[in-house]
Amino acid sequence: MTGKRTAAGLGLGLGLAVLTGLGANAVARSQDPLVISITIHYSHFEPTTVRVPTGRPVTFVITNTDPIDHEWIVGNAASHERHRTGSEPVHDARPTEISIPAGTERRTTLTFPAAGSELFICHLPGHEAYGMVGTVAITPGG
Amino acid sequence: MRQRRHFGRFGLGLSTAVLGLFLAVTPTLACGGLIGPNGAVNLLRTTTLAGYHDGIEHYVTSFEFAGGGGAFGSITPLPGIPTSVVKGGDWTLQRLIRETSPQFDARLGAVAAPAASAGAVELMKVKIDALDITVLKGGAADIGAWAKDHGFRLPPDSPEVLDFYAERSPIFLAAAFDADAAANRGQQVGDGTPVHITIPTDNPWVPLRILALGKAGTDQVQADVYLLTDEAPALLPAPTGRNGIRLDHSAPASESLLADLNADRGMDWVPTTSAWLTKVAVDGTAGQLGYDLAIDASGAGRPSPIDAGFTMPGAIVPPAQFDLSRLLLALAFVATGLVGIAMISRARPSTGRPIGW
Repeated sequence: MTGKRTAAGLGLGLGLAVLTGLGANAVARSQDPLVISITIHYSHFEPTTVRVPTGRPVTFVITNTDPIDHEWIVGNAASHERHRTGSEPVHDARPTEISIPAGTERRTTLTFPAAGSELFICHLPGHEAYGMVGTVAITPGG
Repeated sequence: MRQRRHFGRFGLGLSTAVLGLFLAVTPTLACGGLIGPNGAVNLLRTTTLAGYHDGIEHYVTSFEFAGGGGAFGSITPLPGIPTSVVKGGDWTLQRLIRETSPQFDARLGAVAAPAASAGAVELMKVKIDALDITVLKGGAADIGAWAKDHGFRLPPDSPEVLDFYAERSPIFLAAAFDADAAANRGQQVGDGTPVHITIPTDNPWVPLRILALGKAGTDQVQADVYLLTDEAPALLPAPTGRNGIRLDHSAPASESLLADLNADRGMDWVPTTSAWLTKVAVDGTAGQLGYDLAIDASGAGRPSPIDAGFTMPGAIVPPAQFDLSRLLLALAFVATGLVGIAMISRARPSTGRPIGW
């Protein structure tokens, strides 16, 4: 009788431990950055649309295969309007604005707090007009 | 006494050979686009002569000073490694324009028309007046890095365009206008510096796609390309007028033209007796110019699709698939035809001899 109770207790404890562990792991994974790769080739982004959840860090890995420099600047309309007339030659101070020299790879990690969409654009002269525009679609949840 | 030289399969005047590529301040180059510091592009109508003689191609083009300070640059794809880059003749380009200008009437004595990076290998460096010219060998990445190292910014379509050329001939001529030196020389805005490029090659072609560099697809591109050959050349693509290029002139070159060209500085390779003059006008949108002009003046009539940029070197053309069903169908048709012929022959009365013999 005592043996059965002991076994049942052990089983229950083990089950709780497993469930707790799984839950903790799930929480941890939801906080791991989601990795999204974007390639630049012939002055175009690929893909041009990426989907990300709100509240979870997202690491963008941007690879520039071109022999010329590019930028990847993500933000709202007002932000892009500032950059269209801006004069910063290099962006490396803000995670939403990065320069990617020719033939290099750059990473940046962002968290989008609210659902919606933002554009990512290369604001070097003529590049936006040439088609270097993409969209980050931000969806609720993680 | 000049030695008379036999004209090779193609001598030509290419009036837009220099392709503008990159730059920093405010300049202008012959046959190409000009990209300013704000990314704006200006296009000049330019004239270039390219000649071909005994396997040597001669490009004569002009870089025009557009004012301003600092430097601007351009890049011209070349079909081979040049043996020399020198100052061009004084009147060659103007004389070609006059020859094909519909307003000109020689009998009336009309006035002549006005006128690397770690990867790129610098094969030649030449200074002509205020122009600093560098001949480069390298792929698109090499040229891009060289341009950046030298303070030039390439437009966004340059990666694709550089690949387009580098896969066929990784030789480029970069020309940078030193505006300060031009000012010191007293050069005025619009003054041109002719440059004569001598290139041994078996496959001359005229770069046209580079003329659209840095321009929107609907932007207009205009330039004049002169070809001087032994006989009428075969062109690819054919200048139909609907594809962005138009045939404005095609006729034997006049003796006076040949004599005038031959007398100019560095132009003694031009034959004085006979040649064929062709003028191709580039007059279309940047979006139309996705090709170069391949020329065959050998008489074979086979301009190269590779030189035109329609096919890349090494492209594999898939062999025709063996289709058994088609073969059987063809054999069935043949068999049916033979049976039919046999039946008709049997049914037809013989005319050889009377029936009953």
